[in-house]
Formats: sequence, structure tokens, C-alpha cells
Amino acid sequence: MKRRVVITGIGAVSPLGVGARPLHEEWAKGRVGIEDGAGWCRSFEPSEHLSIKEIRRLDRFAQLAAVASDEAMAQAGWGSNGDSPYDPLRVGCIVATGIGGIATVEQNLFTMRDRGAARVSPLGIPMYMPNAAAAAVSMRHGLRGQMYGVVSACSGGAHALGSALRMIQYGDADAAVAGGSEATLTEFGFACFNSMQALSETGVSRPFDRRRDGFVMGEGAGLLVLEELESARARGATILGELAGYGATADAHHLTAPEPSGTAAARAVSLALEDAGVETDGVSYINAHGTSTQLNDAAETHALKRAFGDEQAHKIPISSTKSTIGHLLGAAGAVEAVATVQVLGTGLIPPTLGYEEPDPDCDLDYVPGETRRLVPVNGGPPAAVSNSFAFGGHNVSLVLRGAE
Amino acid sequence: MATVTKEQIQERVVEALASFGPDASQITPDATFEELDIDSLDLVELAQIVEDEYGVVLKGEDMKELKTVGDAVELISQRAA
Repeated sequence: MKRRVVITGIGAVSPLGVGARPLHEEWAKGRVGIEDGAGWCRSFEPSEHLSIKEIRRLDRFAQLAAVASDEAMAQAGWGSNGDSPYDPLRVGCIVATGIGGIATVEQNLFTMRDRGAARVSPLGIPMYMPNAAAAAVSMRHGLRGQMYGVVSACSGGAHALGSALRMIQYGDADAAVAGGSEATLTEFGFACFNSMQALSETGVSRPFDRRRDGFVMGEGAGLLVLEELESARARGATILGELAGYGATADAHHLTAPEPSGTAAARAVSLALEDAGVETDGVSYINAHGTSTQLNDAAETHALKRAFGDEQAHKIPISSTKSTIGHLLGAAGAVEAVATVQVLGTGLIPPTLGYEEPDPDCDLDYVPGETRRLVPVNGGPPAAVSNSFAFGGHNVSLVLRGAE
Repeated sequence: MATVTKEQIQERVVEALASFGPDASQITPDATFEELDIDSLDLVELAQIVEDEYGVVLKGEDMKELKTVGDAVELISQRAA
């Protein structure tokens, strides 16, 4: 018998500001957090949140995760330093990243070339290792259950949440802090993505629009506190929503391009719905992966039609958070899960910003223009789907439900 | 290389350690690295700085013996002389 898992805390650092609140509020107002061709976390000042020692020992991606975790855990009402309502050995911690500490790699590579191998920092490896964000969150809050990083490019954040969900569903943990983090806005990061021709030349993220020309990179982190339903109720926690289902598959098709028919991606959506016990006509909102690349947005549209059926797919409002903050790679799935919790909590669906010109390959309801009120399609708390797909062929779908 | 005094070394070591996190006022000759929350990774960085500044090479086994800030200053001063 699998257990149910609820969300009791959300935290985010995004190009719309430090904190989960501006993520949804500013997006709903129609603000685009992208400036100068990328989604920078310009209001994030590490010294406002972290000690000198922490700043020196954490790459930016781990700093962002640490700060987002503070917010999520404070909202859940957990004390810090292991002062949690749960046995710390029963609390998991999974934090994804697509790339890891690329700024640290770059700096140390320059140091090695300029000054020799002996001058490379002893902090290099512990700062750039992709599990550094998970380790930072675990150490900061005394979380001593299963702890690891997840590496699956742009679906990492969603994989982390799915893995944490399973951990609690099947009794390996009673609670978990999970999400994703990314800080890839460096000279080398831009160079690599640019040479793939994956980035938008216009610097505009407009998912599903006919004119879309690539994604816009962003940085940030999203962390969520998950608890087993009965334990959360027993301690009187404020429940923000439910992480109800998880499905994941692989395309086995191409290193970077999605499989165009969306067959495996659709299967991930179906598995997540099945896990949540939600029918195809029971979904009130879809937070799309919607990257603003030609290939993803068309393949995702195909996948949604396969998973929901053509008629039903046309009825569900779909919007992409990447239209306001860009693509946060390994953090995207987690930050978008935070945004989805907020959509379900407020009943407000922010639009796919910049979407103006329809594309015949993308003919669903992408919520153009204005923020729209969510219309629950079933009797109980509304359910939403959040998709994440990635280079390498990863497909992940999460089902979230509003609080009862 | 011009001769460096122990005072100069002390000053540089305090400055380096302060950049690692602890408050400069806590970094006295008697303060232990443990009290200052300075670990082996920090000491490797200190050794890199010392080598750059004074040409003194401190190996892992040298560092293991160091318990206090004063121990480090003493060792570096001896080697630099």
C-alpha cells in the first residue's frame, strides 16, 4: 500500500526574485524575468543569506539551493539544525542539477593554465561535484536519511521530486527536502549551449509561438518539503498541496532531439496520472516543459495529445514558466513544480508570455495574453500536470493536487 | 628575497585565515584551528598562499602537526629564515 505525500513548504530563487512568492506573483502580472539574453538571479546577494565560509565553500548552484531550502523549511515550520518534527534519519534529501558547479570548474581550469596544477583549489571538487547542492542542504538542516544528487539535464528537478515521492510512498522516509538547482550563466556555459545552436538568437523565450527560436538560459533553484500525509496531519502542518504522481520514461532516440511523435513522453504523463489515480478528464492545468525550441514544443504538443486524447488535450489550459524565467535546466522541474503548487493554491494560471502567433504544430490552449482563473474540472481539489523533458531523452511528468 | 619578519608572517596568516570565515579578532596565536573551524581543506589553501608569498613549501605531514595559529606562524618563520 503506497502512502500519500503532501507538500508543506516551497522555496525558490529565480530571475523574478528571491522567494517563491515573486515567482508566481510577478509571472501572473506578466513580468518577464529575462534581461540581456538570460534569466539572471540579480536580486540574489549571497552575503545576505550565507556566512563567509559557506559562500567560499559553495558554488553558486549550491548557494541557490541552500537559500531556497531555508525558505521551504521555514514555511513547513521545521526548525534548523536537525530540529525537525521527524527523526532526521527518516528525512531524505535529493537535489538535482543539470551541470553542477561549472563556474568553479572554469575558475580552476584558468588557475591551472596560468599558475600550474599545484595552485588548483582544494575546494574545487567539493564545490563542483553535482551532488554538492544536496550535500549543502543536508548539512545545513541536519537531514540524515537518503541523500543524493540527481543528474538528468533538464528533467533533473522533476526526477528529484519523483524519487523523493517514491521514497516516502514506500516507507523509506517519512519526509524529504527535494528539488533542483542550476547556475550555468558563465562564459563557458553560454559558449557550450551557443555552439549547439540551442539558445534563442533573439533572446526571447516564447514557447509554442510560431516564431520561437530556441531557449533562453536561466539560473535559480526550487526546493520543496514533502511529508507523508498522515504524519503531516498529525503534527498540524499547513498542507499546500499534494505530490500525487510521478512517471518517467526515456526516448532512446537522440542525444539532444526529442523523439518527434512524443510516444515515450506521453507514456510518462500516463504513468504519472495512473500513479496519482487521476483520469485524463481530471486535469485542470498543465505546466508545460515548453522550452521555446521548435522541436520540444511540437513534440510536447504531440505527447499531450497522445496522453490525453486529442479532444481532451484541447480543453486543458497549458502554460510555460519558461516564458518568464527562461530555462533553468536541472532546476526547471523543481521551480516549475513550485509554480504549479502556487497555481493550484491561488487558482490563478499565469499565461505563456510572448505567445502571440499560433503554430500549426502547436494547436492547444497555451493561455495567451492574460492570467486566467483556474476552473477545477472535478469535484475535489484540482489536479495539474508538470512536464520535464531533457537532453539525453529523459521524460518526466509529475501530478500535483491542490490542498483539500 | 627580502627577509620577512615573524610579525609580517603573522599578519599575512591572520589575513588569510580571516578570508576563510572566522572573525579576525578571534585569530590569536593561541587560537586552535579547531576552535576557528579551519579544516584540512583550508590549511591546504593556506599552504598555497604561504608558498606563493614566501616560497615555503608545506606538505601534508607538516600541516598535520599544526594545532594553533601560533604553530603555523612559527613553522613558516623557521622555514622562511
